[in-house]
Amino acid sequence: MLEELVTVSTVVNGKHYRRVVEPRLLLSDFIRHDLGLTGTHVGCEHGVCGACTILVDEKPVRACLMFTPQADGHAIETVEGLAEENGELHPLQEAFRDKHGLQCGFCTPGILMTMKAFIAQHPKATEGEIREALSGNLCRCTGYQNIVEAVRLAVSRIGGSS
Amino acid sequence: MTAATNRYFGSPVLRNEDAPLLTGAAMFVDDIDFSDMLHVAFLRSPHAHARIEKIDTTATHDRDGVVAVFTADDLGAFWAPSPLVVPPPPIEDLVFNQRTQTPLARDVVRYVGEPVALVVAENRYLAEDALDRIVVDYDPLPVAAELEPSAQVDAPMVHDVRGNVAAEVRQVKGDYNLAKNNADVVIARRFLYEHGLAQPIETRGIVARWDTKAEHLSVWAATQTPTSLHGGLAQLMGLGSHQIRVVAPFVGGGFGSKLLMYYPEELMVPWAARQLGSSLKWIEDRSEHFVATSQERGQIHDAEIAVSQDGKILGLKDVFLHDNGAYNPYGLTVPINSQCAVLGPYVVPAYDSSFKAIFTNKPIVAPFRGAGRQHGVFVIERLLDIAARQLGIDRVEIRRRNLIPSDAFPYKNGIMFQDFTELQYDSGNYLPILERTLEIIGYESFVRDEQPILRAEGKCVGIGVVCYVEGTGIGPYEGAKVQVDPSGRVHVATGIGTQGQSHFTSFAQIAADLLGVAVDEVDVTTGDTDQFGWGAGTFASRGAVVAGNAVHEACSAVREKILNLAAEHFECSSQQLSIENGEVQTLDKPDQSITIGELAVLANPMRGAVKPGTEPGLQATRYFGPEAGTTASGAHAMIVEVDRETMMVKILKYVVVHDCGTPINPMVVEGQIHGGVAQGIGNAFYEKVMYDDAGQIMNATLADYLIPTSMDVPVIELDHIETPSTMNPLGIKGVGEAGAIPVAPAFAQAVEDALGIAEGGSEILEIPLSPNRLWELAEGGTQ
Ligand code: FES
Ligand code: FES
Repeated sequence: MLEELVTVSTVVNGKHYRRVVEPRLLLSDFIRHDLGLTGTHVGCEHGVCGACTILVDEKPVRACLMFTPQADGHAIETVEGLAEENGELHPLQEAFRDKHGLQCGFCTPGILMTMKAFIAQHPKATEGEIREALSGNLCRCTGYQNIVEAVRLAVSRIGGSS
Repeated sequence: MTAATNRYFGSPVLRNEDAPLLTGAAMFVDDIDFSDMLHVAFLRSPHAHARIEKIDTTATHDRDGVVAVFTADDLGAFWAPSPLVVPPPPIEDLVFNQRTQTPLARDVVRYVGEPVALVVAENRYLAEDALDRIVVDYDPLPVAAELEPSAQVDAPMVHDVRGNVAAEVRQVKGDYNLAKNNADVVIARRFLYEHGLAQPIETRGIVARWDTKAEHLSVWAATQTPTSLHGGLAQLMGLGSHQIRVVAPFVGGGFGSKLLMYYPEELMVPWAARQLGSSLKWIEDRSEHFVATSQERGQIHDAEIAVSQDGKILGLKDVFLHDNGAYNPYGLTVPINSQCAVLGPYVVPAYDSSFKAIFTNKPIVAPFRGAGRQHGVFVIERLLDIAARQLGIDRVEIRRRNLIPSDAFPYKNGIMFQDFTELQYDSGNYLPILERTLEIIGYESFVRDEQPILRAEGKCVGIGVVCYVEGTGIGPYEGAKVQVDPSGRVHVATGIGTQGQSHFTSFAQIAADLLGVAVDEVDVTTGDTDQFGWGAGTFASRGAVVAGNAVHEACSAVREKILNLAAEHFECSSQQLSIENGEVQTLDKPDQSITIGELAVLANPMRGAVKPGTEPGLQATRYFGPEAGTTASGAHAMIVEVDRETMMVKILKYVVVHDCGTPINPMVVEGQIHGGVAQGIGNAFYEKVMYDDAGQIMNATLADYLIPTSMDVPVIELDHIETPSTMNPLGIKGVGEAGAIPVAPAFAQAVEDALGIAEGGSEILEIPLSPNRLWELAEGGTQ
């Protein structure tokens, strides 16, 4: 028997959604399959790889560790919300391109969201701090060196402009 | 005609594929959705070895949302052992016992995770719910879990072969016994080497859609080999190749694990889609990935080196066991690579190598980045270290004395490689690579000055330096179709798949130079059999080499067509023309020009006649098949510090000097090396897949199987030496696996040095290591 359904309303990338879901629906599945925002990736579904990281009320959260009803009344930001409407990339995205901070790109959306929140908190982050902040996101392609470089570049560009 | 200029080839051009990947727009297999999509979940064996007595699915039938349940009994003629993907090479007296997997297990399961049934339901949650209601009666059988015991004649049999022999191979060159008799020193050791799991961050997955009216199957798969999957499905499903389209969309890493294996899932999902006349999706979850996807695992080498007093290698002997897993669809690729890799970049006059591949009740063993080379490189590099110590020669010096000299190429090794040709190194400059590596890491001064000072301060520091070669860019062939569109954009289609190797950019660089356009004016399609259906796939560091050269040839042919047509148009000779900024110009009248888009329209006239013997359009298809692979090479060095209390190892400095011939895009090459080294570090110190005696995997989560994080991988200093390949016109050698191959022996050497091998510490003869293991070794060391 299906569980009782619940209504969830949430704001994702500035847009309001109101949906009826099964309480057990993972937030990652809700975002990807119900809302069609497939930029948020799922690598492990057990909270380790960080690929599914999104921002909930501006804090990085693993979407695979939340049930959808827990997002009720909260504001979510996903990778699709990073670039400008006109397609102009966010400075973090720009820096990842400039420094070759991605190969297959599967881990990238989660890393971008983690780093967006991190830079907001640490506008002058050092390499050591960046590495530590990145350590909860797994990347199997890059060896992290260019990701660290990209974040350093983004820190200097974003920090420089604020 | 004027030659093309290399504006882009060889430059660190930023990637075409980044924008869609960075914005979340790139389509991966799980992003595909159809309104009629149904979802698949597999019921997997909980036993490593058991007889299936009975499967009862009746309790699933009344479940809401369940559409169908299939077991082996439903498959009819589709139930059969799958074809062999890679046959064994034609080596004399080779024994190969082919035992491939069936789409679903029927009578016996042979590893934990082997699929026995599948459920199709309206969503994945419901499909997984229904799995719980299938009842399977298993009669457990004795398990062959560990490698060496499984090779005993009285071991439990995975199949019907005594001693679980999957294969036996011996390759010999020269006379090892004679070499041994002439040797001043003979060193024999037992080496244990385990390589782990590929663990791409995107797991495997497949979507299949059967269009009943059109009788057509579309498949999207996270695969490295879309063309082979296409051919395989056509054959096994009895469909014409025009009835199937296979697309590898963006793929989130592969490293070998997404090669065609005739995995049960890649057969069952298309089959079930056709049965049900609908669209089906299966995405592997991470727990499944640990048991359902190919792995690399262990080998046990009993190896011997015979050397002269001055450290020259006279001969090598190696006898090893290879854990094959439960089936052998990928033939002998991995152990043959190990066998060849033992020879390294060294002159080895005599070699006697034999191995047995052993069936075990564990997932199949198939290539993972390096594909067995790691095991072989560890053996030779460690033997040289031990020999050097025994002879009182510096470990770098013994390598210098044995490296193949630069004037000895092409160098024939006298044994057969995995591509069925004689193992031959086409070109190389090994000594300069080693010297450059020593210079960058500061070997002399570290050993002479820094290490003694640091030691005096109580710091446990050590250095490791190793060399390697890597056979890359093997055949059989790849192809490319290149076309200029009326818009002036260029389209390149190849059959290989791409999993992060930057093919959308490197192939565009080749095309842009030849056709006089910008890199972002070239659209590259990889891995869509409707666009290009021929090829072998992305593995063995061959994409850039083989497909890159095919792209080059196809673009050269299109260039010639452009210039000939423009020459006709301007009524001049094609010698007087150049292509730049998407326009053909005459050299003497620079204001007179025509765009390549306009020429594409002219080349495809709607009236009049196309001259006999010419083809319409500005397009060409070409194939490139190298006679044999091309050998990349390099050296790695690292300085480590070991914390004596915790036995944690910190890598203080890491240097790679490598030679991959002429790089298409150095930025991409460096990225490949960084990623490879990170995986090598994982292999050396973090990643160990653990099984118990019952063949149960003990650490099947990413919290227990440790992939290196940003805290574990150091900054890697890189330098390049360029020795163009002689096996292809562009001079390219592959680079995909180079970073991963020699890390473990460098790590072992450095840690051994740090822990004071010279003062009587223990030899390190195994990989992977861990703080625990190092502690045990240090405790057990002779003081
Ligand atoms: S998918 Fe959520 S952390 Fe891996
Ligand atoms: S770029 Fe592939 S996993 Fe990070």
